[in-house]
Amino acid sequence: MSQEILNLTCKQLRDSIAKGDVKSSDAVSAVFERIEKYDTRIGAFLSTFKTEALTQAGKVDEKIAKGQSVGALAGVPIAVKDNMCTTFGPTSCASKILENFHSPYNATVIEKLLAADAVIIGKTNLDEFAMGSSTENSGLKKTVNPWDKDRVPGGSSGGSAAAVAAQMCFAAMGSDTGGSIRQPASFCGVAGLKPTYGRVSRYGLVAYGSSLDQIGPLTKNIEDCALMLNVIAGHDEKDSTSVDETTAFLCDFLSGANKEVKDLKIAVVPQLFEGADEQVIQSIKDAIEVYKKLGAQIIEIQMPHFEYAIAAYYLIATAEASSNLARYDGVHYGHRTKNAGDYIEVYTKSRAEAFGTEVKRRIMLGTYALSSGYYDAYYLKALKVRNLIRGDFTAAFEKTDCIIMPTSPTTAFKIGEKTADPLQMYLADVYTIAANLAGIPAISIPCGFDKNNLPIGLQIIAPAFGEKKLLQIARMFESQTDFHKKNPQL
Amino acid sequence: MAQNKIDIEQVKQVAKLARLDLTEAEISQFTTQLGAILEYVEKLNQLDTSKVEPLAHCLPINNCLRADEVKESLGTDKTVTNAPQTDGRFFLVPRILEESGGF
Repeated sequence: MSQEILNLTCKQLRDSIAKGDVKSSDAVSAVFERIEKYDTRIGAFLSTFKTEALTQAGKVDEKIAKGQSVGALAGVPIAVKDNMCTTFGPTSCASKILENFHSPYNATVIEKLLAADAVIIGKTNLDEFAMGSSTENSGLKKTVNPWDKDRVPGGSSGGSAAAVAAQMCFAAMGSDTGGSIRQPASFCGVAGLKPTYGRVSRYGLVAYGSSLDQIGPLTKNIEDCALMLNVIAGHDEKDSTSVDETTAFLCDFLSGANKEVKDLKIAVVPQLFEGADEQVIQSIKDAIEVYKKLGAQIIEIQMPHFEYAIAAYYLIATAEASSNLARYDGVHYGHRTKNAGDYIEVYTKSRAEAFGTEVKRRIMLGTYALSSGYYDAYYLKALKVRNLIRGDFTAAFEKTDCIIMPTSPTTAFKIGEKTADPLQMYLADVYTIAANLAGIPAISIPCGFDKNNLPIGLQIIAPAFGEKKLLQIARMFESQTDFHKKNPQL
Repeated sequence: MAQNKIDIEQVKQVAKLARLDLTEAEISQFTTQLGAILEYVEKLNQLDTSKVEPLAHCLPINNCLRADEVKESLGTDKTVTNAPQTDGRFFLVPRILEESGGF
């Protein structure tokens, strides 16, 4: 019975629970059985809430037994990346500086999940402050890829992706600043959606790069992405960068999710196929064939500024990070050094003792890029190039409905393979960061396996606020393939 | 090899600005690594951006103003509860000003 439950999607589970066919408490028990059996190896979770989750599940079951109406995620066990504030359990960002931090408030997405009657079962591991592409930068825990335990799950939402892939939850929340939802989704063989910037409130998401960060779901399939987006999208007065209805109509992403897009035009960027693994490219070419058979028209476009995205991104993101992370001062919350002589040393030593190396490196790079004498040459220059990159997308979307490319140039790499050279790690984000710079939505969906049986991800990028069509386009491919139905042997 | 884009003294200065008490080993490591990253981002200079506006933000929104109304806030207890040192009402820090007796 419990494996049968685990094989359900969010949507299927929610409907079964609402009908009274499955009990939420059984679903919660099933995932905890799984977590207790496998998470010592996988390491997806930083904290779990079994007692609270069973209580919450019991409440949902009771509502249903009484015939009361229930929310869109009624009784569904969901995991949350540990950079979203919760009043229950720690909110650590996988950093020693916040190891014992307990948020006094919930992030807006948490409130929305709870209002939809979801059951939050635990908080997942990440690269410290979401800075990384492998979850190896976690200051608290090591997470491995469920498909091959010698390999990384991707990052920074590596715990969320691993938890979904290993059936330790039915969906997970992640955040994406430069690919942190899509790349781990690709490495772990699940779907991962980065919505348009402004679509989902960032209130209570611990800030990394504020003009780039966006929360989104990691799920088993496209329908679940649509379901989750329905729950979390919308204006929030607590986030001045969340858009209201005058900018973007809220629509039901779930209805019509199976509808095929008529006269679909898909663009590919031939220059971007250089530099990716042969097997990754082959899978993308196979995906193109699938779309052709569905009647899509494939066009080739140039994106002359795409190759500058990494350089622009690592200046902008680190500049924003250096400013955002100034709040960790050893005074208001978080770690405080025991070795401070004066108040300046409270700052300098608290931060030095508790930040990990990658966080320090990015703070240093960002501080340098913003510092007097270098601001114009680095930060301002990067913002101008950002405008050029957005221009490439604007021009492209005049000709096409979407752009497809790999999510990552490689499949999951070995643990430790890229840690010695930070620049090599940054270069692995080549396909994902442009969407963050342009603020547009993008999704990664499973589209194949390499010779080591590691998942390959197809990335689809759409215009701002075009999530509905984006999900339909992704679903067209999913409906013709069964890559998303494969599960790793744990 | 070309000259490193950043030297040890500059790294020390940036660490000071960033309020990070780095070890000698970290300073030396960051000098090399930041040098390599800055070398890489030089490629932005291949682009002529003299007529391009900087884009700090992708949304078509400006200021978001709300009514100037008093609303419920977090309160002192919750605000100081995560502080490493507090007397229950205030954050405690080492003395910032020397005693002068002038007040």
